[in-house]
Amino acid sequence: MTGLVADFLPALRDPAAPVPRGLQDGSGRPAGRRFNVYRNNVLVSLIEALEVGFPAIRSLLGDENFRNIARGYAQTHPPKGPLMMRYGQGFPDYLAGLRALAPLPYLADVARLELALRASYHAADHIGLTGDDLAKIPPENLENTRLYLAPSVQTLRSAHPIADIHRFALNPTSPKPRPGAQDIAVLRPEFDPSPHILPPGGHAFLTALTAGQPFGNAAEIATAAAPEFDLAAMLGLLLAQNALMKKGPRT
Amino acid sequence: MSTPLKTAALVGAVATAIAAHGTAASAMEKEKCYGVSLAGENDCAAGPGTTCAGTSTVDYQGNAWTLVDAGTCAEIDLPGDRMGSLEPLDRDLPQT
Repeated sequence: MTGLVADFLPALRDPAAPVPRGLQDGSGRPAGRRFNVYRNNVLVSLIEALEVGFPAIRSLLGDENFRNIARGYAQTHPPKGPLMMRYGQGFPDYLAGLRALAPLPYLADVARLELALRASYHAADHIGLTGDDLAKIPPENLENTRLYLAPSVQTLRSAHPIADIHRFALNPTSPKPRPGAQDIAVLRPEFDPSPHILPPGGHAFLTALTAGQPFGNAAEIATAAAPEFDLAAMLGLLLAQNALMKKGPRT
Repeated sequence: MSTPLKTAALVGAVATAIAAHGTAASAMEKEKCYGVSLAGENDCAAGPGTTCAGTSTVDYQGNAWTLVDAGTCAEIDLPGDRMGSLEPLDRDLPQT
């Protein structure tokens, strides 16, 4: 890349950078003002993408604070691909790295939850495993049966009550968050993902299933992680939220 | 590996789960009403780059770093966790 093209991208990201050499309008005049409009639109569109993608963070910080932080991120983290629905993957880490946000240690994990909700929304559809399907499995085979999580299932762990903070951020009439760690599963019964707080052992159970452990092993692993693990309640949640998939992934 | 006790426990859990929640089909119908729980801007679950997000030509440049208390953060006050304050925001924002 030489000349105009080599100058174009760096100039796009830095408002102080000079207009790329050789950029002209239709009459052969330097197109500085046009370039400034374009440069501004690129940045604004990225900031707006972050606003749409992280509504809870925006609510927690306030519009102006969010926009300033989003601008800093957008200027240093250009999109890695053309799909704007994926933009902002590095935003949680960016938030975690800002010294000014250190008093709000939960922000990065709330942002991770928002990314997980987005990923769940865009995940592939699946045919759900029903209670009837489970009932048809012969009891003696149950232990070694593999259960497959739907592609839309996302799990997170946080030292902070991020599901409650997320809900409170988007709906201030909901109860104020109380301190405590939360394990979360984002589940998408049909088209709308929502966060669910997992009971003790639930995260271990889902992780074991994801790792390919059969049903019996996964239940044992979850019980080892949390003796009070309630398998029936966990299965009930997965069935109610259509979170199990009828067939295993194609290999 | 299989033991009658373990099998019985698994069978029991499956039976309880099915009894409590019925088939996935009926559970999904319930969920349609349930799915409105996230209020406000989260309507746009699809995120950016979809028809949810508009485009703009407005100049947002030049906004100073001013507001420190406009967000919900200030209302979250968790004991021992220092969750309430946004005060440092108007100072130390690193140059990027």
